[in-house]
Amino acid sequence: MPWLSTLIAVPVVGAVAVALLPKGADKLAKQVALVVSLVVLALTLAVTIQFSPRGERFQYVETYDWIPSFGVHWGLAVDGIALVLIALSAVLVPVVILASWHDADGTGADNPPKRSVKTYFSLLLVLEAMMIGVFAATDIFLFYVFFEAMLIPMYFMIGSYGGVQRSYAAVKFLLYSLFGGLLMLVAVIALYGIAGRNTFMFPELVGVITDPTTQKWLFLGFFIAFAIKAPLWPFHTWLPDAAAQAPAGAAVLLVGVLDKVGTYGMLRFCLELFPDAAKFFTPLVLVLAVVGIVYGAIVAIGQTDMKRLIAYTSISHFGFIAMGVFAMTADSAAGATLYMVNHGFSTGVLFLVAGFLIYRRGSAYIADYGGVQKVAPLLAGAFLIAGLSGLSLPGLSSFVSEFMVLIGTFSSEAVAGINYAVFAIIATTGVILAAIYILWMYKRVAGGPTAESVAGMKDLNGREKWVVAPLIALIIGLGFYPKPLLDVINPAVDTTLANVSVTEHQAPVPVAEQKGAGE
Amino acid sequence: MNGAIEAPTIEYGQLMPMLLVFGAAVVGVLIEALAPRYLRKAIHVPVTLLSLAGAFALIILQAVRDGVPEQASAMGAIAVDGPALFIWGVILVLAFISMLLINDDDQFVAQAAAVPGSPEEEDAVAQGGAHTEVYPLALFAIGGMLLFSSANDLLIMFVALEVMSLPLYLLCGLARRRRLLSQEASVKYFLLGAFSSGFFLYGMALVYGFAGTVDLGGISSALASVGGQDSLLYIGVALLGVGLFFKIGAAPFQAWKPDVYQGAPTPITALMASGTLVAAFGAVLRVFWVALGNLDWDWRPVMWAVAILTMVVGAILAITQTDIKRMLAYSSIAHAGFLLIGVIATGDAEQNSGSLSGILFYLLTYGITTVGAFAVVTMVRDAGGEAGHLSRWAGLGKRSPLLAGIFAFFLLAFAGIPLTSGFFGKYAVFAPAVSGGALGLVVVGVISSAVAAFFYVRVIVLMFFSEPAADGPTVALPSVGTAAVVTIAAAATVVLGVFPQPVLDLADQAASALFIR
Repeated sequence: MPWLSTLIAVPVVGAVAVALLPKGADKLAKQVALVVSLVVLALTLAVTIQFSPRGERFQYVETYDWIPSFGVHWGLAVDGIALVLIALSAVLVPVVILASWHDADGTGADNPPKRSVKTYFSLLLVLEAMMIGVFAATDIFLFYVFFEAMLIPMYFMIGSYGGVQRSYAAVKFLLYSLFGGLLMLVAVIALYGIAGRNTFMFPELVGVITDPTTQKWLFLGFFIAFAIKAPLWPFHTWLPDAAAQAPAGAAVLLVGVLDKVGTYGMLRFCLELFPDAAKFFTPLVLVLAVVGIVYGAIVAIGQTDMKRLIAYTSISHFGFIAMGVFAMTADSAAGATLYMVNHGFSTGVLFLVAGFLIYRRGSAYIADYGGVQKVAPLLAGAFLIAGLSGLSLPGLSSFVSEFMVLIGTFSSEAVAGINYAVFAIIATTGVILAAIYILWMYKRVAGGPTAESVAGMKDLNGREKWVVAPLIALIIGLGFYPKPLLDVINPAVDTTLANVSVTEHQAPVPVAEQKGAGE
Repeated sequence: MNGAIEAPTIEYGQLMPMLLVFGAAVVGVLIEALAPRYLRKAIHVPVTLLSLAGAFALIILQAVRDGVPEQASAMGAIAVDGPALFIWGVILVLAFISMLLINDDDQFVAQAAAVPGSPEEEDAVAQGGAHTEVYPLALFAIGGMLLFSSANDLLIMFVALEVMSLPLYLLCGLARRRRLLSQEASVKYFLLGAFSSGFFLYGMALVYGFAGTVDLGGISSALASVGGQDSLLYIGVALLGVGLFFKIGAAPFQAWKPDVYQGAPTPITALMASGTLVAAFGAVLRVFWVALGNLDWDWRPVMWAVAILTMVVGAILAITQTDIKRMLAYSSIAHAGFLLIGVIATGDAEQNSGSLSGILFYLLTYGITTVGAFAVVTMVRDAGGEAGHLSRWAGLGKRSPLLAGIFAFFLLAFAGIPLTSGFFGKYAVFAPAVSGGALGLVVVGVISSAVAAFFYVRVIVLMFFSEPAADGPTVALPSVGTAAVVTIAAAATVVLGVFPQPVLDLADQAASALFIR
C-alpha cells in the first residue's frame, strides 16, 4: 500500500469535500475536517508503528516518474527524522482544528468579522497535505514544490482570518519566503545541471557535488532559503508579524511545523548534499544561531503582545535547533531533531492557550490581563505548564532536547578539530533569559490581583480541555521518557552524519584521518 | 538565357493552415461587402472559429501524417519546421480562445467614425450598430502572426510584420467605452509601430548590403564568407533588433505596451498579449538563431543587457501601476525578459533544443494564462465599463469568490508558484539557461520574479483581504464564450501545472530538430 501517498491524498480529498459543502453547513465543515485529520493521525500512527528504526534508512519508498523531461519524480520515503516531523504535523492538525472551532465564526471578544468557515478548514487540510508532503519528499524538486506551494494556504489563512494588520503580515510572510524559495530554486537548478545525473532523487545526489567552490555557492542558495524559513537571525523579522497576526491555530502550524521545514532542510539537504561547505560555514551559522538565541530571548522580554512574545521565544529556540544541527555531533543533531518535535508541542500549546485568552478578552496585550489564575485556574495552569516547557524545565520535554543540544555542542571538539564549546556556553544564557520572559509574562497575565476586564472570564470548556490535554500529556510524557522518539531519530541522525563524514563518540582525531573513518 | 521565368514551386499542403486563415479573412471581407447587416455576425462567427479550428486540425494532420518537413517551403521563403508547427498550434489555440472573447459585442464601438460623445455616436448605439469587421481584421492579424513566426527570409518577415500589425492598429481603436483613450492607444501604437517597421526595413537593407541576400540561411553563410563589410552588418543587425524588440516589448522599446494594452478593447489586448508575443518570439528566434547564430559572440552582450533591463523595468514599474491592464502590460514586459533568457542560452545543438523547447513551453503557458486573466478583466465592470482602477477591485473576493479565486490563481501562475503552469514555464526556460552558462541572467530573473510577485500578491490582497468598496464594481454575468475562455484557461493552468509532461514532450519533439534553414 502506498502509505505516504495516502497520507497526502486523504487531507487533499478532505479539503475538497469541505470546500464543496453547501454554504450554511459550518458545523458540518468543522466535523468533516476533524474526522479527516483524525483519519490522517490514525494512518500516521500505523506508519509509525510499522517503521523499523534499525532497518533501511528510507522506508515506505515510493518512486514514480512525474516529469521525466526534468528528471522529476513523485518520490516519497521517510527516515526517522522525517517520520517524527510527519507525526508532529499529524498530531497538531486535529488539535488545531479543535482549537480553531470558533476562529472563523466571528464570535471572539474583539468582534472579528464572520468569515467563510469551510474555506478556513479546507485550507487547514490542504496545508496538512503539504506539510506531510514536504517532509516525505525524497525528490528535491518535489520538496521544492511543496516548500513553495504550502506558502499559499498559510498566506490566505493569515491574510483572511488574521488580526488587524493581517494583510501586511501575510504579504511580508509570503514575500520573504518566496524570495528565499527562489534563491533555492536557482540552487536546485544548478545542482541538477552540475550533478548531471538527470535526476532529482536525493539519495542519488548525495556526495555527487565535490568541487568546494560549487558546494559553497549551492549551500548558500539552500541555506538562505532555510534560514528565512526557520527563521534564523537576521532573517527573522517576518515571523513576529506573521505569528502575531495569524489566528492562533494557524500560528501553531506556522511556528510549530512550517518553520521546522527550514531546520529540517538544513539537516537533510545542506549537510548531506554539501558536507564540506557545511563544515566551512559552521562557525558562521553557529554565530547566527547564538545571536538568535540571545537576541530572541532579550527581545521577547520586552514584548507587550503575547503572540509576538511567543514568536520571539521561537526565534531563540530556532537558534538552539540550528546550533544543534550544525554542531554536527550525534547528541546535538539528535537533540535538535527532538527539539523540533518538542518545540512544536510546547509552542503549540502556548499559542493555543494564548489564543483562548485572546478569544475571551479580545486583546493580545499582556497589560490587559491580570489575575487570570483566580477566575480561570485550569486555563492559567495550562498556560503555566506550556510556558515552563518553553523555558525547558527539567521533567518537561524541551529540557531533554535543549540539554542534548548544549551538551552535544559543548563536546563538539571532534568535529573538524575545532572546539565549539564557547557557543554552547553563550547559548546557555538563553536558558536563563527564557525563565525571565516566560515567568514574567505568566506573572503579569495570571498572577496578581484580578483585573476588572477578566473578572468574568470562563475557564476551559470541554472542547478546550480536549485541545490542551493531549499536548500537555505529550510534553510531560516525552519529558520523562523520550526514548521512543530518540530510538527512531538516532539511527537516522547517525546516517546523516556519516554522509557528512563525521563520526561520533571518538577521541578527537586529525581531520584527514577522521574523514577516512567516516567513509 | 531564354528569358523564361520558371514558376515557383509552392508546397500548398504545408502552407495550408496559414492559407486557410487568410482565405477565411478574405471571405470575411466579402461577407462585409455582400451580407445584410443583421446576418453578418451570424456568418462571421462560424467562419472565423471554423477556420481557426480547421487550421489547427491541418497542423496536427501535417505533423502526424507527413512528419515535419525538412526543406523550407515556397522557394525557401517560409520554413514550416518543428518549432513553426508548434508555434502555429499555440497561436491558433490562443487566437481561438481570444476570438471567443472578441465575440462579445459589448466590447466594441458601435460606429468607429463617429466622434466620441457626438449625436452620431448616440444614433449608432441606438441602432445597435456594430463593427463586424473585427472578425476579418482579427483573422488577417492572426494570419500575419502565423507568417511572421515562420518567415525564412527577411522580406517575407517584413510583409508578415505589416500584415499582423496593421489590423491590430485598427482594432486597438475600437473600444466601446473610453473611446478617446482607445483612439489615443491606436495612434500611439501605429506611430511607434511604423517607426519600428522603419527600423526593421532599414536594418534589412543594410544586412542585404552585407550579405547580398535576405534569406536567413543565406545571411548565415554570408557571415562566414563575406569580409570587410562588418559595419553594415552590425548596424543592420542592431536596427533589425530594434524592430523585433519593439514587437516583443523589450526594454527600452517597451513604452507602447502599457498605453496600448490599457486603451485597446480588452479582448484585443488578450490577442496581442498572447498571440503577438508568441509570433514575435518566433521571429526573434529565427533572426538571431538561424541568420545570426554564428554572430552570437557579438549580439549576446547586447541581448544580456536588453534582457536584464526588460526584466527589471517590467517588474519594478509594474509596482507603481494602479490600473489592472497596465499592470498586466508591465507583467507582460517582465515575462518577455524571462523569455529572452532562453533566447540567449545557446550553445551546441542539444543546448539549443533544450532552450528552444523551454521557450515554446513557456509561450504556451504564459499565453493561455494571459488570455484567461484578460477574460476576467472584461467581467469586472462598473458604470463606466470595465473597472480598470485597482482600488475598484477591493473586496472582490468577498462578492464573487469563485471569479476572484480564479484570477488569484492566474496571478500566482504569473508569479511562478509551483503547481501552476507558470512555474514549469519558468523552470523550463531557466534550467537550460543555467546549463547554457547564463546563471547570472537566471539570478536576475529570479530576483525580478520575487519583485514581480509583490505586485501580483498586492492584487490578491486587494481582492481578498480588503473590505469591498460601497459602490464597488459588479461582476457581469459572463457570456458563454467568456465563461468558456476563463474555464479553459484555468483548466490549462492547472493541468500544465500538475502534469506538464505530455506538452513538454511535444515541445521537445518540436524543438529537437531545431530550425531548418
